[in-house]
Amino acid sequence: MPTVIVDGKDIEIGANERLNCIEAARRAGAEIPHYCWHPGLSVVASCRMCLIETGTRDAATGKVSMMPKLVPACQTPAKDGTVIVTTSDLVKDSRARVEEALLIDHPIDCPICDKAGECLLQDYHFEHGQSERRADIHPFTSRRRDVGPTVTLFVDRCIMCTRCVRFAREVSGTSELMVINRGATEEIDIFPGFPLDNKLAGNVVDLCPVGALGDKDFLYQQRVWFLKREANVCGGCAAGCSIHTEHNQDTIYRLKPRENPHVNKWWICDEGRYGWHHIHDPSRVLEARRRLEAHGRATTAADASGFNTVEWADVVTRLRSDLKTASPSAGRLAVAVSPMLTVEEAWMLCAIAKSIDPQAYLAVGFVPRDEGDETFPGGFTIRAEKCPNRLGVEAVIALFDPAGHTWTDLLEHVQAGHADAAWITAGYPTAPPHSPWIDAATAATFDSLNCLVVQDLFDSPLSALATWRLPAAGFAERAGTWVNIAMHAQSFEQAIRPPAGVWPEGRLYWNMLGRRGLYDHTAVRHQIAESSASLAALAGNMPATGVDLRINQLASIDSIHTKATHSHS
Amino acid sequence: METFQPVLLEAVGVPNGHTLASYLARGGYAPLKRLLAEKKPADVVELVKASGLRGRGGAGFSTGLKWTFLPKDHTGPIYLCINADESEPGTFNNRILMEDDPHQVIEGIILSAFATRASTAYIYLRYEYPRSWDRLQAAIDEAYAAGYLGPNIQGSGFSLDIYLHRGAAASICGEETGLIESLEGKRAWPRIKPPFPAVEGLFKQPTVVNNIETMACVAQIARRGVEWFRSIGVPADPKNPRDPGSYGPKLYCLSGHVEKPGCYEAPLGITVRELVDHFGGGVWKGRRAKAAIPGGISMGLLTEAEFDTPLDFSGPSKVGCLGLGTAAVVVLDETVSMIDFLHNSCRFFAHESCGQCTPCREGTSWSLRMLERIKQGKGRLIDLDLLLEIGNTMGMMPGSTICGLADGAAWPIKNAIKKFHGEFADFIRRTNPDGWMVTEPVPALAILGSHAS
Repeated sequence: MPTVIVDGKDIEIGANERLNCIEAARRAGAEIPHYCWHPGLSVVASCRMCLIETGTRDAATGKVSMMPKLVPACQTPAKDGTVIVTTSDLVKDSRARVEEALLIDHPIDCPICDKAGECLLQDYHFEHGQSERRADIHPFTSRRRDVGPTVTLFVDRCIMCTRCVRFAREVSGTSELMVINRGATEEIDIFPGFPLDNKLAGNVVDLCPVGALGDKDFLYQQRVWFLKREANVCGGCAAGCSIHTEHNQDTIYRLKPRENPHVNKWWICDEGRYGWHHIHDPSRVLEARRRLEAHGRATTAADASGFNTVEWADVVTRLRSDLKTASPSAGRLAVAVSPMLTVEEAWMLCAIAKSIDPQAYLAVGFVPRDEGDETFPGGFTIRAEKCPNRLGVEAVIALFDPAGHTWTDLLEHVQAGHADAAWITAGYPTAPPHSPWIDAATAATFDSLNCLVVQDLFDSPLSALATWRLPAAGFAERAGTWVNIAMHAQSFEQAIRPPAGVWPEGRLYWNMLGRRGLYDHTAVRHQIAESSASLAALAGNMPATGVDLRINQLASIDSIHTKATHSHS
Repeated sequence: METFQPVLLEAVGVPNGHTLASYLARGGYAPLKRLLAEKKPADVVELVKASGLRGRGGAGFSTGLKWTFLPKDHTGPIYLCINADESEPGTFNNRILMEDDPHQVIEGIILSAFATRASTAYIYLRYEYPRSWDRLQAAIDEAYAAGYLGPNIQGSGFSLDIYLHRGAAASICGEETGLIESLEGKRAWPRIKPPFPAVEGLFKQPTVVNNIETMACVAQIARRGVEWFRSIGVPADPKNPRDPGSYGPKLYCLSGHVEKPGCYEAPLGITVRELVDHFGGGVWKGRRAKAAIPGGISMGLLTEAEFDTPLDFSGPSKVGCLGLGTAAVVVLDETVSMIDFLHNSCRFFAHESCGQCTPCREGTSWSLRMLERIKQGKGRLIDLDLLLEIGNTMGMMPGSTICGLADGAAWPIKNAIKKFHGEFADFIRRTNPDGWMVTEPVPALAILGSHAS
């Protein structure tokens, strides 16, 4: 195995790993500060913050010969015998000078900067900078430049690392951003009339190591040190990108990509990034309601008259008896299992349905689709299928009913009069002004049922016909596992609590199955894994980056690899 | 000295010396025909290697050796780029060659392309040289018409196309990889190395970048032979095995405070004093010289006492200069304020820094701001230490930048402050009697006067 010597410590690296000195040093626990280098972008070696001393150790004699000058760690490959020195006075002085130089043209307006608290310039200055200012400075300016519908540029805060420019050229392939002017007067800009409006634009804000690029959606909404972050998975499409949900007091403020080499690398799309606002929409369904016996059907979705609010403890018992009463003979209950549900929730829902009606008709719920997948030059793909867990739900239904049905099948089934009762789960992020996921004509299919249960985030023509109108949870309010379009499963915990009065599906189903204590999605996941060959990879601890369900062996290798990376970072 | 006959500049003063007819009459293109007919590319590489020709663009790297770095078994195209982006202040030797004897340059290019197996050559011409553009383009057209360019040159089977490309006036385009980036249509940000251009250069193909004067030297080596070339200049120092010697004639650009400024051809190793006295007609108005730039502003400064330094590739560095550079000698007389000199130098580099590497981008602008403040009478003695620190830590030599522009910016600072420290200190004490000793941070200061852009 090749051995790299970091500050006198021998570290073995993989024989085929192509690491630069920053990555190799990280393995040894030595953090080399850097601005312009990013693992997902080309190497430019221009910020010069990562300058280190290097040399080579002769394998035979053990003699170390050092290079006379400093080299950028990002550009220098770590090979067998590479000696990396990150703590010498020469290196420390060089870092201090780069910090000093970067601050000459920086407005140091941290008190009004959104980035303060998670800013590399700040962090590195405290760690590597000097306390005394020696440079002549200009009177501070802080010009703001609109570069696109979602992104704004604070021109003078920029340190010219050009990460954003490279992202737009290499990953989104849209090349909106460029460097104008020369020397100390250079700035990031767009060509007039060609704004930064690609579908991955928000990533440049994450890439920006300083407060230069700001996200208009997040701007001045919250100081970052108040935010708590929870590892989550985006529910916007079937790609299932790993994200961090950043929230405070059960309010989401922003979503950030979470690095996952198997799924989304370092990026997420803007659709996902800003796709959390529906969670805090005031028009959400916030209570469990049951139609009054005496009343006819409600005429409009928003019409709450004729409905009674039901306590959740009563929902658990009455829902089951209502469905049982409405479909007295076998095979007359139809259930739509929404692809927004987690594997655990879907499994519990199927189990409940089968306990009410052993021949219950199980179908995957409505699957929203756009025109086609969109792949960017950097390899990132936005999926046309706008739900996170179709494959997971299909796999779960197959455990109960090998036939498996689609939403269209279910509609035909009900149309043909084969059902007396239906339980439709939805939960699609269709906050107004978006139109509901189901139109009135389709909803009329369910008009003649004895009992219709609709579990959804928002009212729709379908919920107007419902006997039971139950709230659903938003993606950040759920806990469980989603299986993406590449059969990669990722588990996540609840990031925020749902609004008062709302039980996430998992909690309701858990209680309806008569299980004790709080909803424990891990216990359900383990139970699913034990009972199924196709989902066996869900057993054990789920690594943060998830497991591939297609090859069980791969999953275990992955979990070892992830553990190894995590212990070093 | 008295007996030295100009070779590279033989066409200067000849009526219509820039035309093909004149060049042919002087024996031009004959060596090209002979070499193309008789020799293989490797032979021409050996010829140039044996001559000891070192690149005339500034760094003085062995031309023949550079050509051997090209991959031997490359199947795609190889490119030859000719650097005519002559932007070092005080330098105009390429211009003389392009305007007065363009065919000599073209013959050198054809030979060099033959040696490097390139079938396409680009001349990257400085924007500010319209006359060079006209003369070069006319010469290229003449050469095509006469069968010295294009397919199957003079029946040899070797083909070459030369494209003349005019830059947009940025000094950094003269940096080898900045030139390549600019030629590819991009912002001229020098590339990180490795890969070196010889392996992956223009359009990701192996590329050689040579200077115009180097091309003229190749043409003369082909015409007059290796022995002639090695008989001129300074032989290698036998005590220093790493010294390849400084052979051949060199064009010296003499300007500044001399009676007769101009471009003069002399053997490598001539001293500043000889240049000024023999060619320049002495210092302007009979004044005393104070200092001289040995080879372009990037190379630093020679004091009057160092005027006997031989201007060969290793001479100026023995007295603290960066090197010979482009051999552009600018003489400063006793009336020149070194503060003004350094301010002007810093302004140039702050203006021309491409802005890629932090130490150069901010260092050049910071040093300009300090000089600006010192000139305004608000200097402090501590500024001199700061300037020296900036000078000592920016550039390729300490490893803090990608290209050599910052070294060029650092050397005038280091040389001026070390060699004229007294003058700087006196100026600061005299103009800032109340504040010269202050060491506190400078308050935010609106900078008037020169701008870095």
